[in-house]
Amino acid sequence: MSGARERLGKVLRGLAGWARGAGWRGRPSGLLARERLRLVLVHDRTSTSPGLLEMLREDLIDVISGYMEIDRDGMEVSLSRASDSVMVVASIPVIRVKRQASGVGC
Amino acid sequence: MGEVIVVTSGKGGVGKTTTTANLGMSLALLGHRVALVDADIGLRNLDIVLGLENRIVYDLVDVVEGFCRLKQALIKDKRLDGLSLLPAAQTRDKSAVSPEQMRNICAELAREYDYVLVDSPAGIEQGFRNAAAAARRAIIVSTPEVMAVRDADRVIGLLEAMTIREPELIINRVRPAMVRRGDMMDIDDIIDILAIELLGVVPEDDAMLVSGNRGEPAVLNGSSRAGEAFRHIARRLRGENLPLYDLERPRGVLGRIRRLVGVERG
Ligand SMILES: Nc1ncnc2c1ncn2[C@@H]1O[C@H](COP(=O)(O)OP(=O)(O)OP(=O)(O)O)[C@@H](O)[C@H]1O
Ligand SMILES: [Mg+2]
Repeated sequence: MSGARERLGKVLRGLAGWARGAGWRGRPSGLLARERLRLVLVHDRTSTSPGLLEMLREDLIDVISGYMEIDRDGMEVSLSRASDSVMVVASIPVIRVKRQASGVGC
Repeated sequence: MGEVIVVTSGKGGVGKTTTTANLGMSLALLGHRVALVDADIGLRNLDIVLGLENRIVYDLVDVVEGFCRLKQALIKDKRLDGLSLLPAAQTRDKSAVSPEQMRNICAELAREYDYVLVDSPAGIEQGFRNAAAAARRAIIVSTPEVMAVRDADRVIGLLEAMTIREPELIINRVRPAMVRRGDMMDIDDIIDILAIELLGVVPEDDAMLVSGNRGEPAVLNGSSRAGEAFRHIARRLRGENLPLYDLERPRGVLGRIRRLVGVERG
């Protein structure tokens, strides 16, 4: 009984939100707020802890070195932001590929 | 030895001073000895919110500079046994006090009082650092808005670097009806994103404006919803094992009827 009432309430509220347009993106603004916050914090947090990207860089070197010899000094790791996502962009110059992989998974 | 707790936020105007006043009063109502320290030097407000502005003789900076003893600067609240205010100076700036001096004053207060609540200024500069310097615990106040939560995240990072291990969050000015229709961020989403312990949630409440006008914090007003939420939070703060305050709990006969027929203002 109360379950049905709740479901009905949900449907009605959903319809009401839809009728109001819920912004031009067609989503309730609360969800939009959450996604924007998630994205912006990825950046905020990595620059408030400069160590984080550096640690990632070191770990990447460890993993990749199992497969190929790379140019550490020419390597770049950064965060890049597309419209609605954040990406880790790593540019890692390869010097030589190893004949026998000694990666973590082998 | 009492506990020193800083109330801070990053973003301005989200309810730090309101929270400090209401939690302080609630703890005093529960029988604790409470000292409230206004660390917002140059923009003092805690005295107004508490209705004690006419009784200020000395302030925090006078104590620091040796013009008076700490006891002389403390204002005892006549309405409530055990509640005292150490006001900020209004005509000085944040650099008038150092973190070391804050630590000394708070340590002295913590010998006499069970709780020392420090009302921090907005921002992440020296005023914030002074306010946080003496604290072992921190209450972060945020509203359910992107800007406020973002600033809260920054402050949490800074506090952790200052060895305050686990800041606790209060989300203020929540409007349940807006949350329900999806136009306000969900509480669970906010704590998930901030990865922090939730101390409590306070609803938006018109009674706040009235209590500001009167200088009587909302916890003294039996019919204020926000006041009720703050009294509840104070009990959680002192370690009582209580569930979160339910913003949706219907109150009175009218509230129950409204809920039953599914209409609620918000
Ligand atoms: N739950 C609430 N409902 C309605 N109004 C509120 C609520 N909480 C706070 N306010 C109002 O918001 C305003 C700002 O509150 P307050 O002064 O406590 O914020 P603050 O964080 O201390 O600001 P500042 O950064 O300037 O020190 C006040 O007018 C207060 O009455
Ligand atoms: Mg304030």
